[in-house]
Amino acid sequence: MRSLIDINDLSTEEINHLIATANDIIANPDKYAEKCRRKKLATLFYEPSTRTRLSFESAMLELGGSVIGFSEANSSSSAKGESVADTARTVSCFADIIAMRHPKEGAPMVASLAASIPVINAGDGGHNHPTQTLTDLITISREKGRLDNMTVGVCGDLKFGRTVHSLINAMSRYEGIKFVMISPEELTIPDYVMQDVLQKKNIPYTETRSLEEAMPDLDILYMTRVQRERFFNEADYIRLKDSYILTPEKLQNAKKDLAILHPLPRVNEISTAVDADHRACYFKQVLYGKYIRMALIMMLLEVEE
Amino acid sequence: MNVDSIRNGYVIDHIKAGTSMKLYHFLNLEKLDCGVAIIKNVQSGKSGKKDIIKIDSLIELNLDVLGYLDPGITVNMVKDGEIIEKRKLQLPDELNGVISCKNPRCITSVEQELPQRFKLTDPENGVYRCIYCEAKAEHN
Repeated sequence: MRSLIDINDLSTEEINHLIATANDIIANPDKYAEKCRRKKLATLFYEPSTRTRLSFESAMLELGGSVIGFSEANSSSSAKGESVADTARTVSCFADIIAMRHPKEGAPMVASLAASIPVINAGDGGHNHPTQTLTDLITISREKGRLDNMTVGVCGDLKFGRTVHSLINAMSRYEGIKFVMISPEELTIPDYVMQDVLQKKNIPYTETRSLEEAMPDLDILYMTRVQRERFFNEADYIRLKDSYILTPEKLQNAKKDLAILHPLPRVNEISTAVDADHRACYFKQVLYGKYIRMALIMMLLEVEE
Repeated sequence: MNVDSIRNGYVIDHIKAGTSMKLYHFLNLEKLDCGVAIIKNVQSGKSGKKDIIKIDSLIELNLDVLGYLDPGITVNMVKDGEIIEKRKLQLPDELNGVISCKNPRCITSVEQELPQRFKLTDPENGVYRCIYCEAKAEHN
């Protein structure tokens, strides 16, 4: 029995296999409509989420399975003080697989050690969110037809953005990847990502403060939000906030086949005027997220394809 | 107890000078009934100065704690007045219940009955990380 707590729990072959299965689901949805019949997914969400919970639930429903669970801590026994481990043991009696989101880092790991069914980490605080990374990877793979040999720009809050860290980690496994880090000085990528991932694997990267400057080289632009509360100084925030807002003007020098991704929710970092651009992939990304979760649920439940 | 001669017990040698009290507390030696001697700042050819702890009983020693706190330590086991085993320590792969995670966002900060477990993730630099939240261990 396997769980998915961290993207590094999956080998590159397994990631490629999940993407291939998701592509097959997209091409032949009927073939998968009964794959998880009589199986139950428990979504244990200790904090609110729109996209991730609904994505997991619709993934299971489209596989012919059913869904139980809670969507906030107050409606579960944790409000009475039940531990994560006890909840996981209890839910193991009712469901076949768990998707857990929790504000505390490591809670899904605790659940996986106690549960007798697979546990999927659906986000634990600022720590890991492996199904978002899988979502990003399938989107890049479908939009570019490959996961190797490209220049990936990551823009915005590179310091605290967990999705950026795991994307860099996952993309570093593929050949010929270059990164361009676009961020204000206050929000540059942490040293441990630089040292433990990029420098250790000799992955080329450059850093810049200017989105416009970086734009012409990019095959992928991964946008994240620059949050006001991350700045020590309000004046710095006001000076910088608009430099990392993507507008049609900033896309003028971009490649024709650039793919723009965003983990969502967005606030104002991508102007709505960009939504109509054929290079905007962030809503397709949400859709692909469902398919990759279907592939993942099948893999962890060891359902034959 | 004669500090020089132990019949059955341990001589914990090559302790970094000045750190023997820390070891004493980590190993809970204050709870022992047997004789325990702490010898500080002994001249040592190897490292200039060192501390030594002698324990006059063959208690169960948590070598993981010792290896984590000071991997340069040598543990000599003494039986009937003779050293029967000389063990050099190294960093243990896992630490169970030795140190606590200091990350306020870690699940262990709210569920305090969870076992505190750390894994050696970077043997070269002696880096341990919490198995739950992966925060770096602060103590060393």
